[in-house]
Amino acid sequence: MSKFCTRNGDGSTIYQTKEEIIQAIADGAADAADMGGIKEITSNEMEHLLEIICTKNRIVSVERGFEVPLSYDVGQLDMTGDNGNSGGGIPASRLNGALVHERALCSDTFELAHSDYSIKPVKPVIANEMNDMEVVQNNVIIPYFYGAMPNLGTYFKPDGPYDNPPDLMRVFKIEEAQQQAEAAAHTLARDIEYVATKIDSAGSDGFNFDTTGAAGDADFVGTLLGVEAFRKSCPEANIMVGMAGESVMGIHGEIEYKGQIVAGTFPHQQVKFAEKAGANVFGPVSNTNTGKSLAWNLARAVTFVKACSETSNLPLHVNMGMGVGGIPMSETPPIDAVTRCTKAMIEIAKVDGI
Amino acid sequence: MSIAHFVSGGMGGIRTAGDLVARMEFGKSMRIGKAKDYVAKKLGVTAFDLSDEYVMRELREDIGIGIITGAPSTPKGIAAKINIEDLLGIKINSCEKFRQYRARK
Repeated sequence: MSKFCTRNGDGSTIYQTKEEIIQAIADGAADAADMGGIKEITSNEMEHLLEIICTKNRIVSVERGFEVPLSYDVGQLDMTGDNGNSGGGIPASRLNGALVHERALCSDTFELAHSDYSIKPVKPVIANEMNDMEVVQNNVIIPYFYGAMPNLGTYFKPDGPYDNPPDLMRVFKIEEAQQQAEAAAHTLARDIEYVATKIDSAGSDGFNFDTTGAAGDADFVGTLLGVEAFRKSCPEANIMVGMAGESVMGIHGEIEYKGQIVAGTFPHQQVKFAEKAGANVFGPVSNTNTGKSLAWNLARAVTFVKACSETSNLPLHVNMGMGVGGIPMSETPPIDAVTRCTKAMIEIAKVDGI
Repeated sequence: MSIAHFVSGGMGGIRTAGDLVARMEFGKSMRIGKAKDYVAKKLGVTAFDLSDEYVMRELREDIGIGIITGAPSTPKGIAAKINIEDLLGIKINSCEKFRQYRARK
């Protein structure tokens, strides 16, 4: 029986029969539907996905006319940063990074980023960030944002002032753990308002809150409160909220945003919180399982994101970096896998950008 | 990664009209179809033309909204963005700041 050359979730090459790929697509879609309480993709869409995965070409693309704008995380760090950001380690200025993206890499948008890519460490160097934003804005044409992770983890000991909730939970201090998480979330919201408003005053087109919810439900609520405050201060700012995972981890478990518990919510529910907070664009996520095939992971990702797309009033820029959106979890994701994921996400999940 | 995404499904930034469509998505929360239709109407082309380098290269130069090659005597940076404001009927934050700084003289 002939086999198709495809990928595993870790990026390695595997060979699967058509029947194995069909089964993986069905299983991946069913897994997302079961976890998220959403509809599976249709049989026609599964068939389209099968065609995308089985095509013999190394690179695949959308039909002409279906192209979408691209947005980015980590800004110029993908050139200047170390491999922690999959950066190239090129000693270049932030302006160089922006112009190379605009004039050489055909980027539709771009962003400025601090090397730690988190809200908290930006505070002490805010004037430097504002200055660099002004310099780049004078030169670029594409929309140019500031990007940072809310990263609530940086607010807990030993890095921050608050006791670490998991440490407290380990000794059964559940209420204290929740109180510390809530206090940290409010400090995060205050810091977001400070940093984002300052950056806006330097001429930024907006702000990308990337990897939201990485430290769980309090991280998500702190970000939403920060976005709400930023929107109030800067009504015209372009705000993108991108997630860390397909489901918000319930580390607090009961923390609410506008009367609703956020823990355990999936992309089609998360987008509603982002809408209420005042975001312009939402970035849904589906995490890659490295033990499953590309077909399984992509079917699962497309199922989550299609459900989100159907309910969203905001444009979706789906997260499609290493280990998300069906893409293998690898520092250098294979181009055959990346382009298959891009095509499937645009043509089946109907995203507005990547 | 960015090259792979562009080749597979990206619009192409100022090589075509990707920056303009992105401005309507991010600034006005328009979804892709509406954003493309809005920009196409303003440019007097079809939505299909927005990702066509052949159409957009000359058109961008004609209306002074910035081109991807280093042509001298063409609007760049803030100058190109002020022309984009006029084209799309929007305000761009960095242009607003530029006007505020000019008013201080």
